[in-house]
Amino acid sequence: MIPEPAVLFDVQRVRADFPILGRAVHGKPLVYLDNAATTQKPQAVLDALTRYYTEINANVHRGVHELSERATEAFEAARQRVCRFLNASGPSEIVFTRNATESINLVAQSFLRPRLQDGDEVLVSAMEHHSNIVPWQLVGARLRVAPIDDRGELLLDEMERLIGPRTRLVAMTHMSNALGTVTPAAEVVRIAHRHGVPVLLDGSQAAYHMRVDVRALDCDFYAATGHKLYGPTGIGVLYGREAHLEAMPPFLGGGDMIRTVAFERSTWNALPYKFEAGTPDIAGAVGLHAAIDYLDAVGLDHAARHERALLAYGTQVLEDVPGLRIIGTAPDKSSILSFVMDGVHPHDIGTIVDREGIAIRTGHHCAQPVMERFGIPATARASLAMYNTIEELEALGRALARVREVFG
Amino acid sequence: MSADLDDLYQEVILDHNRRPRNFHALADASHQAEGYNPLCGDRLTLYLRIDDGVIREVAFEGSGCAISKASASLMTDAVKGRSTADARALVDRFQRMVTTSPELEVEDLGKLSALAGVREFPVRVKCASLAWHTLKAAMERKISVSTE
Repeated sequence: MIPEPAVLFDVQRVRADFPILGRAVHGKPLVYLDNAATTQKPQAVLDALTRYYTEINANVHRGVHELSERATEAFEAARQRVCRFLNASGPSEIVFTRNATESINLVAQSFLRPRLQDGDEVLVSAMEHHSNIVPWQLVGARLRVAPIDDRGELLLDEMERLIGPRTRLVAMTHMSNALGTVTPAAEVVRIAHRHGVPVLLDGSQAAYHMRVDVRALDCDFYAATGHKLYGPTGIGVLYGREAHLEAMPPFLGGGDMIRTVAFERSTWNALPYKFEAGTPDIAGAVGLHAAIDYLDAVGLDHAARHERALLAYGTQVLEDVPGLRIIGTAPDKSSILSFVMDGVHPHDIGTIVDREGIAIRTGHHCAQPVMERFGIPATARASLAMYNTIEELEALGRALARVREVFG
Repeated sequence: MSADLDDLYQEVILDHNRRPRNFHALADASHQAEGYNPLCGDRLTLYLRIDDGVIREVAFEGSGCAISKASASLMTDAVKGRSTADARALVDRFQRMVTTSPELEVEDLGKLSALAGVREFPVRVKCASLAWHTLKAAMERKISVSTE
């Protein structure tokens, strides 16, 4: 049966696919609004993990036996799937990592470090997650910081002015985890490339809210993580342009990443295996494959439209709470509601709404420079995913009214 | 509101959060320490003037949640006039109170007992403890006189 156009996206049907959403917390129905930290997993992903471990489990790229071949097939099929999902040129451009953090560290250690000289710079934005700051510091790069305005919008002209002869890389979030700002990533890449500078995009937040096309973005590297894509924890992805990956030395040494090993000298495996030392998270990759299939079946565009409606509604709900201020009001923004309340610290907000079964994040969100920029120690953050509902945002509004009652 | 939330956000705590006592710098402090909870971003500076082993003056500055602020405020009232040995013992008694399992009886620490409700909220115990850890550190940290 062909669904009516009006029900292209049925949130109740989506919710039914996520078993955890049926549970209670502190005796109240769970309202999960901490999706920017990690998303919940649909049954299809849980089933894929179980099926993998009950029917296939073996190590990859090693055995001639049936199970090892099946496991290798499943692992490589997952790579193909990610390749298509990000629209990379080929699977050799998709490296499996543990998470986006590891993907960024891989680029810092293998791409940047060898070409870095004293005083060389990496240009980041003022709204980066710590994982797009610290890896560059670890290899000794000097950070230049593209500013943002009071709404949390990237100042592109200022950014371009900060690109200089010492700039070795632009490393920029595609969507801020603390503010929700969606950066004009393609424009950032165009500007950086005009100055001959390669670009890494941190897609941890963007990849599950919008369609990512690495070739349209024309970026050099793209980091993403599986557990925010409704997939399992422990599996991440680095997209890298093949020419870059070819030229880069390995990141970690061990099994699978080598062609030959001798005590005098070893040689490296082909792409992308050169960067995948040791037994990978095979089940994680299989789970990620199932998550992407699920996301595609639901329709990322439909989900994004639903999330836009939720964001608009949630913004209204928050604006109705006396003394509440939303942090991050960029015109191009997605799925994040960061806020502070007069006279109430975010942790107290978090504790009180938790007792209503509502999970939000409080703190600096691993983005201390963002807090600094807005002159606040922390925020409370409600972050949305495709299974959230208008009713849940109303529950949040009621819980925040209660916070106001307690603190006056 | 649920009963354990009422236990946590008692009137005493809300009052000390709204109007923290001894909430200022201390120009003639003899001891000082910074407390920082990197997980929450709670931050406080504690000032002490210790004469003859007695805490004559105590004050604090900083920002944090209601629990950490009220705890610091109540603490300053509680330790003013105490010997450092006595204050150290109180730190231990307080720590015992906030880390004892909620089903068990705890020592009555007067006004400080308002913070016993934090036991129901394990992730908030460190908010209540921050000022007390900082007090212990401050008693060990004499300000050097060579500054400026």
